[in-house]
Formats: sequence, C-alpha cells, structure tokens
Amino acid sequence: MIASTPQQRPTAATEAEHQPTSPIVQMSGITVEFPGVKALENVDFRLFPGEVHALMGENGAGKSTLIKALTGVNQIASGSITVNATPIRFSGPADARENGISTVYQEVNLCTNLTVAENIMLGSEPRRFGGLDWRSMRRQAAVFLKRMGLNIDPGSSLGSHSLAVQQLVAISRAMVVDAKVLILDEPTSSLDTDEVEQLFAVMRQLREDGVAILFVSHFLDQIYAISDRITILRNGALVEERLTGELPQRELVSLMIAGTSDATVGQVIERNVVSARKSDAKPLLQAVGLGRKGAVQPFDLELYPGEVIGMAGLLGSGRTELARLLYGADKADEGSIQLHGVQAKLRTPRQALGHKIAYTSEDRKGEGVIGDLSVAENIILGLQAARGWTRPLPATKAAQVVDAYIKALGVRPANPQALLKNLSGGNQQKVLLARWLATAPKLLLLDEPTRGIDIGAKTEIMNLVSELAEQGMSVVFISAELEEVLRLSDRIVVMRDHTKVAEIPSSQDVDVPRLIEIIATGEENT
Amino acid sequence: MSVATATVSGRVTPKLSLDRRYLPVIGTVVVFLLMLLVGGVRYENFLSPAVISNLFINNAHLIVLATGMTFVILTGGIDLSVGAVLALSSVITATLLQAGIPLIIVLPVALLAGSVIGLGMGVMIQYFEVQPFVATLAGMFLARGLCFIFAPQSVPIRDQGFVSLTNWGLTVGRWRLTAAVVIALLVVVGALWVLHRTRFGRTVYAVGGGEQSATLMGLRVARTKVLVYVISGTCASLAGILFAMFSRSGYALTGVGMELDAIAAVVIGGTLLVGGMGFVAGSLVGVMVLGLIQTIITFEGTLSSWWTKIVIGVLLLVFVILQRILSLRRT
Ligand SMILES: Nc1ncnc2c1ncn2[C@@H]1O[C@H](COP(=O)(O)OP(=O)(O)OP(=O)(O)O)[C@@H](O)[C@H]1O
Ligand SMILES: [Mg+2]
Repeated sequence: MIASTPQQRPTAATEAEHQPTSPIVQMSGITVEFPGVKALENVDFRLFPGEVHALMGENGAGKSTLIKALTGVNQIASGSITVNATPIRFSGPADARENGISTVYQEVNLCTNLTVAENIMLGSEPRRFGGLDWRSMRRQAAVFLKRMGLNIDPGSSLGSHSLAVQQLVAISRAMVVDAKVLILDEPTSSLDTDEVEQLFAVMRQLREDGVAILFVSHFLDQIYAISDRITILRNGALVEERLTGELPQRELVSLMIAGTSDATVGQVIERNVVSARKSDAKPLLQAVGLGRKGAVQPFDLELYPGEVIGMAGLLGSGRTELARLLYGADKADEGSIQLHGVQAKLRTPRQALGHKIAYTSEDRKGEGVIGDLSVAENIILGLQAARGWTRPLPATKAAQVVDAYIKALGVRPANPQALLKNLSGGNQQKVLLARWLATAPKLLLLDEPTRGIDIGAKTEIMNLVSELAEQGMSVVFISAELEEVLRLSDRIVVMRDHTKVAEIPSSQDVDVPRLIEIIATGEENT
Repeated sequence: MSVATATVSGRVTPKLSLDRRYLPVIGTVVVFLLMLLVGGVRYENFLSPAVISNLFINNAHLIVLATGMTFVILTGGIDLSVGAVLALSSVITATLLQAGIPLIIVLPVALLAGSVIGLGMGVMIQYFEVQPFVATLAGMFLARGLCFIFAPQSVPIRDQGFVSLTNWGLTVGRWRLTAAVVIALLVVVGALWVLHRTRFGRTVYAVGGGEQSATLMGLRVARTKVLVYVISGTCASLAGILFAMFSRSGYALTGVGMELDAIAAVVIGGTLLVGGMGFVAGSLVGVMVLGLIQTIITFEGTLSSWWTKIVIGVLLLVFVILQRILSLRRT
C-alpha cells in the first residue's frame, strides 16, 4: 500500500526467544476435499498465543479453506484439530465463536438489511427486561466502531455504507467477543493506508494481550509490518513455516509461486507514457461540470484513446462515485458528457455499454459476479449483453474467448464449467475482470481491479491493461495502491472530499510521497 | 496521518429523512385510511364502532395466520399449509370436545398439532433441503387429509366451557371485543416483541437478508429456519381454535385457500417475499385492508362477493409493483 516504510516490530525478536511452548491452535494433517478438487492435502498449521501469524499463498492456494476447516464451515476429510491441547471439531461458525475463535471471513459477510449496530452486536447483544436493549446496543457498537476509527451512526442500515466501511464493521464485529484467537481473512483488501494502520494498532494491542491472530493478505508490506510468523501454502499443500524476521521478501515470493525464479515476479512492463497521446488526438470522452449532489462536486475531465488515467485519493474521497457518473450507474444532476465531441446521454449502465463503456465494480460480491453460474457463463455475460439477447454468441467463439481469458489471467481451476461460487476470492475477481475485458470496450473503468489478487496475477493484470491501452483503449484505473497508479497512468487525477483537486501528468518527479502529499493537502503546488 | 483520519470520520453516508424500510407499511396504512374515508363518505353508518369491531371479530383468525406467516416470509420462505392446519385444529377441537374430553386437554392438543406439522416441514426444509413451497404443499395435503380422518362432516361444538369462552366479550359503549380478538392482538404484540427484541427475531431478519452471511456471522441459522415453521404452524392451529370459536363448529373443508389470504395480507402489509424486510404491524394492517374490502362490498349490496377477490388481486399487484420500484431504487 502507500507507506512502504518498514515498520519496526518490537515484539518479533522477543517472541522468537521465549516462544510459548504450546500452540493454542494446532491443525495436523488437514485434508479438505470438494467434488473433484482437493483443496487442502495434509496441511499442518499452528498458532501461538500473542503472535500474528500470516498465512500466505497464491489465489486458490487454500488459505480460506484452511480457515473454514478450522471454524467448521468446511468438513475435514482427514486430520485433527486441537485447541488448547484438547481435540475439537467445531460444528460451525457459531460454535467456534462461542469457543473464543472470532473470524472475519473473506468478503464482507454481514447482513445489509440490518443496522450497523446489529451487525456488530448480534450474538453478544446487551439485554434489558429479557429483550434486546437497543439503546445500549447502539452505544456499545459505537465504542467498537470508534476503535476502528469509524464515526458513523450505528443505527443506520449497513447497506447504505461503502464496502470499506462494511469491512471495518465486520472487523468491529470480530472484536466484540473476548476471543483467544482472532482470524482475519483479507481484512485489508478494500482498506486504505490509514485504516490499515488503525487496524494494525488494534492488532498490536491484542497481541500484547496474548491473543493469537491469523492474518491473510496479499500485500507483502503489510505482512512484514505486522506478522511474526509466516506459513506458506501452495496448491493446497504446506510449503513451509518460518519466522518473518528470518524470511527475506524475495524468498517468500518464490516459495509462494512455484516454478518461477524470483526475478520475474513483480516485473511490470514500463509503460512508455509520454508517447501515448498524439498531439492532435481528440478526446474520447469529455465531462464538463459533471457532478452529483453529495457524491461528487462538479468536475471537468478529458479521456483520450490509448491513455490510462489513474485515480488516486482516500477511500470515500469520491473516486468510485466519479467513475459511476461516467458509467451512468448514478445520474449526474449537473453538467454534461460528450463522446467524440457529441453530446451523449449516459443515464443508465445500458446506455454506457452501448457506447462501449465498461465498469468493473469494487464490490464484486454485491454487484458483480453471479455465484450460481459457471466461470464461462460469467465471462460471456458482458459480451452477450452487448450483443443483445436475441443474437446468441456462437458456442465455438464463446469457448475461444473464455479459454483465452482463463489463460491470460491465470484463473484457477482453469475449468470453464466450475461454478463461480466455488472459486477462491481472487479467482472470482479475475473472472469479473475477464467479463469486461472480453467486451473490448473503448473506455474501461476499473475500480480496484486488483482487490484480493495475488502478486503474480497482479502483474499479469497490469501488463494486460497497459497492452490494451497501447491498442487504443482508454482506461480509468482506480486503486488505493499508489505505486500501481503511478506505474500505469499517463495522468493522475487526485480526489479529496468528493472534489477533484488535482490532475497531474505522470512524470519522473511525481513519486509516492509526492502523491500522498497532494492527497493530504489537496494542493498541486507547494 | 491525522489528515486522513479526519476524512474517514467525515465520510458522507447518505442520510434519508425517512427510513425506506417503513415506506411500504406507510403506504398500506395510507391505503387503509383512504378506504375508511371513502367508505365513510359513501355509506351511512360505515364508520360506526359496530362495523370496526366486526372488522376485527371477523378476521381474528386471519390476523393470527398472517402473523405466523410473516415470520416465515421474513426468512424468505413460504408456508402453504396454514389453511389446512387451521381446519385440522378446528376439527380436532370439535371432535375431542364431542368425545367429552375436557377443554384443558383439548386446546393444548389442538395447538400442538400445528406445532408438530410445522416442525416436520421445517426439518424437511432445513435438513433435507426441500423447497419450502414443496414441503409446505405436502404439509397442506397431509393436514387436509387428516381432517377427514377425524371427521368428514361438520362437528358442532356444545361444550359448556368452550361456549362460555366464545361468549365472553368486552363491551364499551358500542365497541365490542371478543376473546378471539383479544387473543389475536396479544399474538401480534408477542410477535412484535419477539421479532424486534430477541436475538431469534433479529436472526429471522438476518436469514432473510442473506443466509450464508448469517451463518458466517455465527448466528443460529438452522434452528431459526426450523423455528419459524413451528411458529407459523402453531399460529395456524391457534387460528383454527379461534375459527372454531367463531363458527362454533369444526369442519374439514374450512379454510380452503385461506393460506393465500394470509400471504396476500403479509405482502400488502409491505413484507418483501424475498425476505429480510417487513413488519408484523404491516401484516395486521394488511388483514384490515382485506377485511375492509369485504365490508365495503357488503355495504355496496349489489356487488357479488367475488369482487372481493378481484379487488384483492388488483391491490396485490399494485403493492408488489410498488415494492419492486422501491427495491430497484435502493440499488
Ligand atoms: N465450495 C467449494 N467447492 C469446490 N471447490 C472449492 C470450494 N471452496 C473452495 N474451493 C476450491 O479450493 C481451492 C482453494 O480455495 P481458497 O478459497 O481456500 O483459496 P485462497 O487461498 O483463499 O485464495 P484467495 O487468495 O483467492 O482468497 C480453490 O481451488 C477453490 O476453487
Ligand atoms: Mg481466500
């Protein structure tokens, strides 16, 4: 993420010295099978009190499955689990939670139709006269929210909040029970640096208190900032368990990714940014005074073919809202949009699609993927919608497209017929991306396209995006990872407090710290 | 990093002046008031205490049915068995009383019949993953069949205790409350309390909002899903007893299609069929709307009673479309 400064880990060294003799959780020889897939095979894992233990691996390596095997969501084919040296099998999340294992699962798994307070407190709710005490429920929820740096109305409905807030609410929920073990499966995937810092502060405090924390993230910086120990999974098998301090980053990466020499990982084609726009090029899209009350202040923006526009700013600064205006997902209440110099009406996503504008949502679960359809059907969906439902795509053509994208993005398992809901989180994200890439749009709006994607695949996706731009596609790239933004963009738009505050060409003298400064101050020239 | 913290707390959350969730219920209340107004203007004596009292007296059983149905629909399920279970419990009550078994035993047995059938359906739905539609359809046939085993003909009730219970009533001026109405209203109040003040009640909403999420939140989803059918079954058999009080008999063919009235009342009351959104209070108003349609058509005099069905049909359509628009706007 933004701050790549190495964090000092005061406890790590001491941790190693007087390592507690007995782990609180010990999983041995765990095998988990799904019809046709062995998701985990003979995996050992242990978790000590007072440590942050990172579980690492590529998309589909089996991290989430190991967590779900522990909490009883997934059935174990063989193997044993002990908690505090007593053998145990939890019957499900409720059972695990009652036994002091509190889990934030990957993706936000809360109920959007309930209030924020209920989502946090339900299961440990305060009572009065034998019934729920709503007032103290809201009050207690506010305390937990505050701990995560959130200042929202606990009585508001969860669905009215952004994905990042929902993720923070999910974490708050995990803090409510006095857990001995805290499991966080990609809790930071839609959080910003400061929110991550806030989370880490809480995690450090819990570690001091002797809580065992299992942490999953694809951000190496975060892993090195917070973890004491790392377990690496690959293809459902255990690779190694190491102390973080004794495992250099390069080695970690090569342990995670089979068959690659570590040099090739993380190598991104350096974009040839200067030449991207010809001097006589005409803008593809021109927004003039476009705005929407409460979402985005009126702004001007020009998008040129072959150009990548990076969108930087904190979460909630209006990045997503701006993209949604361009896509017609939200209606603008002022200003206008011109496409190829002609006034255009973009009032619905359908109209936008007709103009070959595509948008990948940051909330893949809420508005993106369809779990009960296959990988192939999910990929074809966008293409088919663009053609109109009366002209079905020829089967051979469809198969070709699907195969091409499964290969290009490294979707695993590489089986077009697999149901999407059975894919790992990162692989679902790849499929969503493939859906929109397949429509060959003229303008592609990518909202956090690399959310939850492992480092290898991230590189692939960035290369793919820059290739597409070279072929003349106009891309808007929204990401909390400023390095990605800087590497990929020709121009960078900075958002702050729902206002477009700066638009700067990407050049040698713009680096991450400079960008952070602009985001923080909202001023281009200091 | 203080800059960013400020921004986080300043994050704009869309504030609505009026919670969207209440809109459908408010819509129903408005329709109800409009109907009262129109009736009051058109017909003499329409807004009299007697007419309003009768509205409750004639529909006490439906209020109880709709209350139970609300639990089921809130989880995203459906219960087609309630009409038949109502008949079964009224038949059980009548035959057992005729056989001279004391009231104190008869009533719990009749009540339990519904709970047991509900439990069976709940288990089928939760553990054998049978579609609620199918499981409760089976329950409906079972209950209706059992009615005929008990008594193919109508059985009159002459038990002293039962009759005096039936005759009990509160009269204030020209307002009248029967025992059945009091029981029905108590059931509504109880349901309100359970749904809004207990963990179970909130879990009902959570399940309707997303079953998988509710499971991963560590809520007792399986138990909740079974329990809502037990509640609906128990409500149905209680409604059967109320109906027996109303008709002073038990008959195997009562309540045919009544499950559909109950579902209509719940939907008109603003509960979403997909689950997760709705209120018992709405269902109560929904029943009142249905009852009022009937009253108006009676007052009209010349219209055939089938007009009731037509008006209910149109109203249902309007409400479902209204909900659709609301939920589309939400996303
Ligand atoms: N319910 C299921 N049915 C079939 N296969 C499944 C199911 N759940 C997971 N899998 C498979 O198990 C493997 C491991 O998935 P898992 O979700 O544990 O990966 P992960 O390491 O968490 O990846 P990510 O980083 O993308 O979240 C994947 O190949 C996935 O397709
Ligand atoms: Mg995962």
